[in-house]
Parts: sequence; structure tokens; C-alpha cells
Amino acid sequence: MATDLPAIVEFRHVTKRFRPDSDERPALDDVTLGIRPGEIFGVIGESGAGKSTLLELINGLTRPTDGDVRVRDVSVADLDRAGLRRLRRDVGVVFQGVHLLSNSTVRDNVRLPLRLPRRDENRLTAAQQRDAVDEMLSFVGLSHRAAHFPAQLSGGERQRVGLARALVSQPSLLLCDEPTSSLDASTTADVLRVLADARDQLGTTVIVITHDLDVVKAICDRAALLEKGRLRRIFEIDVGGPRSLPSYYEQVERELTA
Amino acid sequence: MTWLTDLLAEYGEDIAQSMAETGYMMLVSLLAAVLVGLPLGTVVYLTERGGIAEHRVINTVANLYINVVRSFPFLLLVVFLIPFTRAVIGTSFGTQAATLPLCFVAVAIYARLTEQILREIPAGISKVAVASGATVPQAVFRMLLPEARSGLVYALTSAAISLLSYSTVLGVVGGGGIGDFAMRYGYQVYNDNLMYLTIVIIIVCVLAIQAVGHRTSVRLDHR
Repeated sequence: MATDLPAIVEFRHVTKRFRPDSDERPALDDVTLGIRPGEIFGVIGESGAGKSTLLELINGLTRPTDGDVRVRDVSVADLDRAGLRRLRRDVGVVFQGVHLLSNSTVRDNVRLPLRLPRRDENRLTAAQQRDAVDEMLSFVGLSHRAAHFPAQLSGGERQRVGLARALVSQPSLLLCDEPTSSLDASTTADVLRVLADARDQLGTTVIVITHDLDVVKAICDRAALLEKGRLRRIFEIDVGGPRSLPSYYEQVERELTA
Repeated sequence: MTWLTDLLAEYGEDIAQSMAETGYMMLVSLLAAVLVGLPLGTVVYLTERGGIAEHRVINTVANLYINVVRSFPFLLLVVFLIPFTRAVIGTSFGTQAATLPLCFVAVAIYARLTEQILREIPAGISKVAVASGATVPQAVFRMLLPEARSGLVYALTSAAISLLSYSTVLGVVGGGGIGDFAMRYGYQVYNDNLMYLTIVIIIVCVLAIQAVGHRTSVRLDHR
């Protein structure tokens, strides 16, 4: 068990209150956990359990009220603006709903993160950017969609474009909020394959919020169960045998027959 | 139809002259709308509470300008600005001088329209911008404005038509223009046919602006 590996993300007694002066329950309440490099870490829990808050604390979209969030042993709270921007460029995110630019082609959407660093921050040349985008589109299996606009894609394809956009700059960490919530079983499998490939081939550490336990069983190494802002338990997922997602028909059989 | 050819023979040159004046006023004020109103509206949007560059003072000042200018009945604004116009242009009379108050209104109208259109972009786009480490200018130029471009063109169409209507009032300060021409000949000289003719010309102008704006906006929209 590799528990002694230095964590890539570490929560130390993290509490987040959105309205610190009211006595409402905190969104996250004294959460301590570490995420190991190279794992696929699931975050599960009912709605309102604090899953999205946990994700947004990692790249500094929200700040903890108490405690410390550390990414590669640097406290996110200590970063200045420029430091925060650098951190964010090294953390790919796919939000729920993906939010692609509707007036840009798939290719331009994926290329966007590559255009953000300044010239002196080792930005890729235009030719390198093009190659990186082509490579990433083939990685997610959407080379044939490069010239299309998001409105022309299916939900699963949009999700994969979002993943390509999040992964194109080769971040060490990928955060996904409910990447499969609106998808059926076969498109879910496509998306999960990309997540697993990102870890296996690109070495990305993946943190994925999901309410679908089949997703956890199919790809996660560990999963944290949150309950009303508190960390209830961390599960080591060990499913002996090859891991795969049940097909739609297997799911139906399992759920609807006695 | 001889009345039409007679009218055109007698007033054709004056009508053309008035159209040129209107064209000049519209062109300059639309330029002001795009060069000043668009950035101003963007600043209002960005500095709002919860915006990606929240800033209360800037937001309040920018909003104040837009609200004050838009509160003025236009004729009153023209008169109110006379001393300022004289100081800037050197005279308070004529087409050039009349264009100045029109620019003030153009900036205010288009700034407000720009803000509204940016608000319609899903909040997730700004969130993606921030989460990918974009600076505020990068978020604006690479994400928000490209997403808004179709709406912005359509809003400019609307603004242009409002400005055409506003420009008719500028006769009071010798602004000229097609609207002023219609007022003078129709209302003051009681040449009804000439008035009808100019009104038709204005309607055709509005239809043309609307058609061009609509087509451009649709072509830019991939949603």
C-alpha cells in the first residue's frame, strides 16, 4: 500500500463556510485527506455534501475558511495572483456542463489553454500548438470532429472535448465534476476510457466527482464519501478481476429484475 | 408619378445632401459606440459584484455615466451640452457640432446593451476562464467577446436605428440630416408629398440597417 507516497493534493483540517458569520452548516467541515500522485480518486456523496466545494478549493476558485489546502506541498492560500494562474494552468478542470465556447470550433476550443501562457512562460509555437491539439483530439477519439462546432456534437462528445481542453496542456492533475451525469452507459464508457487513459498514458492524477457508483467501481482506486460537509469514509476500491462498466442492458437487468 | 419626378428634380440634391449629413452623424456616433461604448459596457460587466474583476468604484462611476446620459430627454442633452460642444468643436452649430451629443448617447446606449449581452453568456464560461488561469484581458478577448459577438452585432443594429431616430432632433442645432429635412419641409413648409417621400427614405434606411445587422448576426452565431 503506497500510503507513504507524498500526496499531490492534501487537505489539512479544511473547513469552508460560504457565510462565515451565520451559523449555517459549513459546506466542508474539518476535512483531512491526501490524494496520491497517479491515482484516480472518486468523490461521492449526496447533493449538498460539499463535493464541488472540495474540487474548487484545489485550484483556488474558493478559499478555505479554516485549514490548509496544499497542492504539491504548496499552500494554495499562499499563492499570489500569478502563482494562482500558474497553478490553474497545471490543473485541468471539466465542470458540470463543460461550457465550451459555442462560437469556436472543437479545434479552437481545445487549443484555448495553450494560448494563455505569455511568450516568456514557454508558450508553444503555433505549429506545436496545432500538433498538440491534433494529438489530444485523437487521444479522445474526436479527430473527425475538429472542424465542427459544439452545437453539432452529442453530449458524450462535448464531454470528451471538455476533457481534451483540460488535458491539452498536459496538467499533472485533472478535476472532473460529474463527467457522466447526463450520459447513457455506452457514452459513459467512452468518457471513462479517456479518464483511465489520461492516468495510464499521460500520468495524470484524476479527481472525479460522481454520484454513479458504477463509475467508481469501473475506474477509481479510492473514493471519499462526504456527508453534509464531513468526510465520512475513504474506500479503497478493490474489485478483483478486470474492471469494466456494465453495459446498459446489464444495468437494466441488474436493477429491474428480482 | 410626375409629382415624384418633379420632387426629385427640385429637391434631389437637398435630399442627397441631408442623407450625407445623416450618414456622417451615424458613422461617427457608431464609431464612438464601438470604440468607447463596447469597452465601457464590458467594464461594467466585469466589475459587477461577483464579476471576474469586481471593483465597486469603477462599476459605480461607469454605471452613473450610462444612467445619467440615458435619463436626459435627448433634446435637453443637446442643449445642455452646448457650452461643452463649443469648447471642444469650436462651435455649437452645424453637423459636426451636432454629432457630439449623439456620440454621448451612442456610448451610453451601446454600453448598456453590451453589458446585457455579456450577462447572457452562461456563467460557466467565466468560470472556465478563471479556472484555466486566463488573465482578465484573455478572458475578455479570447472567450467572452467571441461568445457574445453575434449578440453584439445585433445590438449595434438596434443602436444604429435608435441613433437614426435621435439624429432627427439635431435640426435645432443645425445638424441637418434627413430627419431634419422632413421636419422642415413637411411640418414647416407643408409640402406633404416631400415629407412622405423622406419618410419612405428613412423607412428604407431602417429596413436596410436591420437586414444587414440581422444577416451578419446570424452568420456569426454557431450556438
